[in-house]
Amino acid sequence: MRIFLNNKEEVLDTQKPSLTIAELLALKKFSFKSLVIKINGRLVKRENRETAQFQEGDKVEVIHLISGG
Amino acid sequence: MEPASQPTPRKLLTQHRYQIAPMIRGYSDKTLHINLSDYSIRIKDVPLSMKEKFIGGKGYGLKYLWDATTPATRWNDPENEIIISGGPVCGVTQYSGTGKSLVVTISPQTESAMDSNVGGWFGPFLKICGFDAIELQGKAERDVIIVLDGRAGGEVRIEEAGPEPTNSHELAEALTAQYCQTEQDKMKVAVVSTGVAAEHSLIGMLNFSFYDKKKKRVRLKQAGRGGIGTVFRDKRIRALVALVPKVDADINNVVDLKAIIERGQRFNKEIKELDDQQNQMRAKGTAHLVEIMNDYDLLPINNFQYGNSTKVMGYIDSETWKGRFEQGSFDGCWLGCHMSCAKGVNNYVLRTGPYKGQSVIVDGPEYETAAGIASNAGIFNPDYVIEVNFYCDTYGICTITWGTTVAFLMECYERGILNEERTGGLKLNFGNADNAMEMLHQLARGEGFGKTAGLGVRKLKRMFIENGWGDARLLQDIAMENKGLEYSQYMSKESLAQQGGYAMTNKGPQHDEAWLIFMDMVNNQIPTFENKAEALYYFPMFRTWFGLCGFCKLPWNDVEPANNAETKEPAKVPEHVDNYVTIYKAVTGRPFDNRRLIEDSERVYQYQRMFNLRMGYGTRKWDAQPYRAAGPVTKEEYLSRQDRYDKQLRETVGFDPEGKSIEEKMAALRRYRENRYEQLLDAVYTRRGWDKNGVPTMERLKHLGMDLPELVELHRAYEGGELTLK
Repeated sequence: MRIFLNNKEEVLDTQKPSLTIAELLALKKFSFKSLVIKINGRLVKRENRETAQFQEGDKVEVIHLISGG
Repeated sequence: MEPASQPTPRKLLTQHRYQIAPMIRGYSDKTLHINLSDYSIRIKDVPLSMKEKFIGGKGYGLKYLWDATTPATRWNDPENEIIISGGPVCGVTQYSGTGKSLVVTISPQTESAMDSNVGGWFGPFLKICGFDAIELQGKAERDVIIVLDGRAGGEVRIEEAGPEPTNSHELAEALTAQYCQTEQDKMKVAVVSTGVAAEHSLIGMLNFSFYDKKKKRVRLKQAGRGGIGTVFRDKRIRALVALVPKVDADINNVVDLKAIIERGQRFNKEIKELDDQQNQMRAKGTAHLVEIMNDYDLLPINNFQYGNSTKVMGYIDSETWKGRFEQGSFDGCWLGCHMSCAKGVNNYVLRTGPYKGQSVIVDGPEYETAAGIASNAGIFNPDYVIEVNFYCDTYGICTITWGTTVAFLMECYERGILNEERTGGLKLNFGNADNAMEMLHQLARGEGFGKTAGLGVRKLKRMFIENGWGDARLLQDIAMENKGLEYSQYMSKESLAQQGGYAMTNKGPQHDEAWLIFMDMVNNQIPTFENKAEALYYFPMFRTWFGLCGFCKLPWNDVEPANNAETKEPAKVPEHVDNYVTIYKAVTGRPFDNRRLIEDSERVYQYQRMFNLRMGYGTRKWDAQPYRAAGPVTKEEYLSRQDRYDKQLRETVGFDPEGKSIEEKMAALRRYRENRYEQLLDAVYTRRGWDKNGVPTMERLKHLGMDLPELVELHRAYEGGELTLK
């Protein structure tokens, strides 16, 4: 699946026609907890990550905030 | 109630009684100056102009240090000072993370101004004793203990140290007990100390105590970076003690306590409701980051060669530390902190060294310690980490510095630059925990190769080059230091912005100015040089401000409001910034907003840059980074990320990797990355108001109101080519 992830074109290794945000985080090993996530500019709340879906050509933002130190 | 301890009589060398000046709106406008060469004690007024320009904390430290020293002053000259100052907010108990103080000195490692922020109780207690800052100058002839006694009207005593132990965990415990009649009294004692390794090295640090009532243990927080503990012992100070009669709810006599309470309650609710689903700071502290950094290829492995390892999980990951940390107790390093992230391993039985068999409390490990001591040395053993954490603390050695130093030595050993003959028999392969442990004990004893290791990475590198051990260029590339300070424990190779966030810092590569790896590498939020330069302007300025006021950085962004994602700039955590603005105004009563926050900070930031210039540094050449911070030095490193590097060559550099040797590809990548770093320097210098050589322009200084006589004179000398630059 080809999407735009954080403003870069990215090909995801999946045969599914759509993925949930939770699946994307697992696929990309995005384990950091403080994230701001949007699909085509619409905010996805934490509680909706298991259900919010995107598909080919979508623009997905997974913005990692800052921590530590 | 425990039986009363009788103070051990110590010879009184001098004493000075004084009237305790009250804090008004966060300030007493008094500074305590002690000269150990002649045991003189005096109280100085803080001029209004200094308060307005320098705010407090690091600002005061830098100003006093400038006034006390000359460009020729070395770290071990008597005129060098150690300044401790908390800033106007330090000592607030109604908001989390408001007990920090800043320690400033001329560093034995960088030979310029060093600052290190620290929790524990001394900073707030200094204010209860009536002082915005303390300056420690001169050198005593014999070991002394300095006591600030705020219990009976105000008295400063310099006493000759007796049989007290030197190592921090014993000394802080002994001195705390000496001044207490009851268990409750232990909440009124703060001890600053270091340990024996600070006497034999250039990388000594300071421990600031706080008392854990539940565990009935004295605990320690560290002003780690840059060898301040070494200066402390060189001045023959065994300990600095503050005694207070009580801790009032409002030691600062703030303007609007209600506003602080309201913001504090709001923040505490966030912590309670959100921390478990966010970073789990209350359960894991900063150690929650270990496997996250591993997942993102950012955890330093084997002297920053690689960014992840399969050996992390189950050994040094956050669940391991959560299981080791004593849960459910007070872990705030200042009163009223609900973030409570100063985690500790309690009742740990030591396996090595002079305290073998003793049951102790170990403060940590934090992320930096776990990464530096374990993964960066290829030692994935939690007990080793805990043991080194304890001994580094009590011996007075910075765990970040030690981690990076050991990693460097191990790589030198693996590459034949060192061998058993050169290390006095130590086998320093990656993963050799026993020999690394022994090296630390050697340092504490002032013996063998361990003592040599205490020189720190820059001086070790130079020594190896002078001895003809190994290839000089390789050593330059793999010695992870900049300005003489060792890198802290994040991989910056794939983030150009973070390379600047490390090597363009004022004091050296510590992550407390800017941590931009996610914004840059993962989020792709700052793709252009201008974007990166803006981030390398805003974040260092913003974060410097914490150190002017007495704030801890962690509550800023280690928990975030539930609606933070919906704000315009979530990376800045706007609601928390608004908390800070509100609290600062509520403490000081000054007009204040986000713009003034950055301005206040920038004045001090530029002053520190000029301080570096004054000492012969502070120019472009000193912002250079070791190549390993920017890219693969060895074939193995290239191969470990070959797909990424080949892709970059093909798509960005315009170099077809097909059919090319690894050496050719590495050379092309290096040219590209080194060129990009130079372009970044240009962009950031422009944004910060610096010339091409990295020196603040007179125009910028004037704009900030920092055309102070000493800066104008220095700038004139610089422009006239009269400065001796190193």
